[in-house]
Amino acid sequence: MADVIEVNCETGEVTTRPQTDEEIAAAKAAAAQAEADAKAKADADAAIAKAKASAQAKLTALGLTADEVAALVG
Amino acid sequence: MATSTYNLIASQVVGAGGVSSVTFSSVPQSYTDLLLKVSGRMNTSGGEYIQLSFNGVTTNLNGLNLYGYTTNASSYRDSSVIGLGIFNGTSSQPNTFGIADVYIPNYTSSNYKSVSVDMINENNSSSTNSAYQYLTAGLWSAGSAITSITLTAQTTSILQNSTFYLYGIKNS
Repeated sequence: MADVIEVNCETGEVTTRPQTDEEIAAAKAAAAQAEADAKAKADADAAIAKAKASAQAKLTALGLTADEVAALVG
Repeated sequence: MATSTYNLIASQVVGAGGVSSVTFSSVPQSYTDLLLKVSGRMNTSGGEYIQLSFNGVTTNLNGLNLYGYTTNASSYRDSSVIGLGIFNGTSSQPNTFGIADVYIPNYTSSNYKSVSVDMINENNSSSTNSAYQYLTAGLWSAGSAITSITLTAQTTSILQNSTFYLYGIKNS
């Protein structure tokens, strides 16, 4: 794991040190949550796309033209 | 008429080997707003977030993100981080960096802290999907004045020659 840099804005002093265990754990937890959020978004998008395709198929089966289906479902 | 000021408080250029995070500590409390300018490249092929946190606290953070590239635009919510967008990674063209402006108004107040992020990732190419833009409305739900700002690589590290400039903006 790479080091961390701290810049003291008052003194201008720059300190470089290894990450602490707590910092590593916090970063991993935040990254895991960010990945979970992204997956939830992707899953939701996929579910919407699937429902849209299903709706388009059903409308087509009812006899609507492609333009009519597009006007309704996009 | 009030005279505004726009002063560089501190800066950091990442050296060889990269870093996991950059922290600006002892942020002066004498300004009205803060502006952070970031140019970053990440040590992972596809690039990744640089995450923002304050006062050494990584809780009560969330971000509403809107992003777009040639063939798509979308949005999503981060429930525990404020991400500055996906910065260029090692598979990007050499010497390309993601660029972000981060504005933090009223950072000394006792109210929750809002954050505006305007970021781009560009790959020196005119081909489809070689660049995208990322806008984030961030919130730190805490009433503490901001005294330190930390920018952390999501999982890997921030590469050499990435830069961080912290400016203070004052109304008068």
